[in-house]
Amino acid sequence: MKRIALLGMPNTGKSTLFNRMTGASARVGNWPGITVELLTGRILLGGDMVEIIDLPGMYDLHGFSEDEQVVRHFLHDNVPDLALIVLNATQIERQLSLLLQLKQINLNMVVLLNMADEAKKFGITIDTAKMTEALGIPIFLLSAKYGAGYGEALQAITKALRYTTPGMAEHLRDQLKSDNQIEAEMARVLRHSVQVPARLPDNLTDQLDRLMLHPWLGLPIFFGVMYFLFQAIFFLGQPLQTGVNDLFTWLRDAAIAPLLAILPAALQGLLLDGIYNGVATVAAFVPLIVLFFLFMAIVEDTGYLSRAAFLMDALMAKMGLDGRSFVMLLMGFGCNVPALMGTRVMRSRSLRLLTMLVIPFSLCSARLQVFVFITAALFSPKAAPLVLFSLYLFSFGTAILTALLFKGYLPNSEPFVLELPPYRFPTPRQLVLRGWHEVYHFIHRASKFIVAGVVMVWLLTHLPPSAAPASADTLAGMVGAWLHPLFKPIGITSELTIALIFGFVAKEIVIGSLAVIYGLGGEALSHSLALQLDWVQAYSFMLFTLIYTPCLSAIATLRSESKDNGFTLFSVAWSLVLAWLVSFIFYQGARWLGY
Amino acid sequence: MGESPFLYRIMPAVALSTLVPGESATIVAIHTEGPLHQRLLAMGFRTGKPIELIRRARFSGPLQVRIGTTDILLRGNEAEKIMVKKT
Ligand SMILES: Nc1nc2c(ncn2[C@@H]2O[C@H](COP(=O)(O)OP(=O)(O)OP(=O)(O)O)[C@@H](O)[C@H]2O)c(=O)[nH]1
Ligand SMILES: [Mg+2]
Repeated sequence: MKRIALLGMPNTGKSTLFNRMTGASARVGNWPGITVELLTGRILLGGDMVEIIDLPGMYDLHGFSEDEQVVRHFLHDNVPDLALIVLNATQIERQLSLLLQLKQINLNMVVLLNMADEAKKFGITIDTAKMTEALGIPIFLLSAKYGAGYGEALQAITKALRYTTPGMAEHLRDQLKSDNQIEAEMARVLRHSVQVPARLPDNLTDQLDRLMLHPWLGLPIFFGVMYFLFQAIFFLGQPLQTGVNDLFTWLRDAAIAPLLAILPAALQGLLLDGIYNGVATVAAFVPLIVLFFLFMAIVEDTGYLSRAAFLMDALMAKMGLDGRSFVMLLMGFGCNVPALMGTRVMRSRSLRLLTMLVIPFSLCSARLQVFVFITAALFSPKAAPLVLFSLYLFSFGTAILTALLFKGYLPNSEPFVLELPPYRFPTPRQLVLRGWHEVYHFIHRASKFIVAGVVMVWLLTHLPPSAAPASADTLAGMVGAWLHPLFKPIGITSELTIALIFGFVAKEIVIGSLAVIYGLGGEALSHSLALQLDWVQAYSFMLFTLIYTPCLSAIATLRSESKDNGFTLFSVAWSLVLAWLVSFIFYQGARWLGY
Repeated sequence: MGESPFLYRIMPAVALSTLVPGESATIVAIHTEGPLHQRLLAMGFRTGKPIELIRRARFSGPLQVRIGTTDILLRGNEAEKIMVKKT
């Protein structure tokens, strides 16, 4: 099968083009370094199946950071039959340098000048015919996001696939011309084919940035925006979640319970109280999660992440981190795993490790589910959003504390140089793709972890058969009793302890296991929790859940990204210790104050 | 405009980090090496290119500069190594 690779600088729209070509839902965002690993997809092109490969962006072929290494290794190990070089047309003046470097390694290539829509808006004119002539490579102007020029480019790609890559030099770097030669050639190519206005018209980005990056207002606006977004998610998502919950309860009573009535009681219990209750309680969060990621997608696609890096860099520097670390913490609000992988853009190993040490404290969407459920059960509708926000503050607080404590061991002098892209807005198509991607991801996790988790919990709380379900005589009861000395000082009951143990695997299981342990789903579970716990215990439980390690996937990612067992073990141990300490101080403090 | 070539020639080169927001200059030297140097070249920092300081972040945070159509954030540490002549 022939293979086509997408190459280009970061943030030029490679993944957008990949999605358009393959119909996939690769992650797109207005941040250089969204893609850090290669992705493949297959399409029918000119009657043949072809493999398309989306790669991380690269600034030049010297490539020193981990994401750039991915590209270098790829090019070295398996030469693609065709390379699509994706350049940002509005920045053609500087991005041409990468093209000229790539040209030297004799790839069969087609050049795609993306973001034609923006180039037009900026008054940049590019004569592709003249440029094709000057370079001897087919060049097309297109907009991967809106589709203009795509058809023509696709035809050219199909045609170019008939030729093959002549073969590649063994040692890429030795072959490269000096920077001066490249500079001279850039000037030659650009002279007749590209016209850029001397001064760009004062555009929307400049106007918005005057406010968003204002010396005094910038930071307050940033926190205001964050606060507003989380409130919006809570206010829109919580009723949706209750609605879906009611639907599942109704379905159970109206259809599923009568259907299963013929089965033996124990099996009925496992299916209904175990799997159905557990999975339904978790599945009720799908609308909230989709909503959450739609907001995340909007934030990521606008380009506000780079602005956050600008605003926070000075503060992060005091903690041994930089603006990009902060952006990864923000990305971690969605899921810690891609945030951990996103640190590949950092060159200094110390900076990477320190950033990876703080990311797990970022309150991810799976933990958000637990907190939404518990705050709704134990706090008044007025207090609940504030309680939720306070957990975000704890999330930042523990990250800051961790960085301050360990920055001395991981000193770095990594330069901070980052592109600031213009503001962009996602199209409905991009939003739908992203929403669908998250639902898929959730179902994938649900089928893998959640079902297995709730079945395990059900067995633990119902075996041996002689014991009353969920009583002290069951396996779960015994484990709970055994760990009791450790969890009593932080106000966590033995039922909650079992949920925490399973929460180690994935936070989605926490609510699912509570449903199984109490034998109740949805609303009923909330009421039961409210009767059994007071708010101090509940908050302590949430603090522990927040801090004690995100999930097994995150630990596996920590391991694979750091390639260091000791570091991974340390990260997990530290988060456990910190979780216990914070919960202890909170719980005992609150009790001491008389709550 | 209006600047005499003579005045331009005798203007001393200063570090990029000393510009104030709104000031324009021309890059005359880039005193960096290795990976940082390559990255700066790829971002469009080349001698002879006009550059403008757009703004600085509070608490001696990063600088936002504009080279052609690209906006770049960089810290004072890095900006100190880039010499410019004001225009
Ligand atoms: N205006 C405009 N924006 C585009 C176009 N193509 C992509 N974008 C936007 O550019 C940004 C970057 O797109 P991506 O597809 O993530 O870029 P990438 O090259 O994969 O980036 P990395 O994975 O970071 O290397 C996103 O905000 C896209 O929505 C286009 O043709 N026009
Ligand atoms: Mg990408």
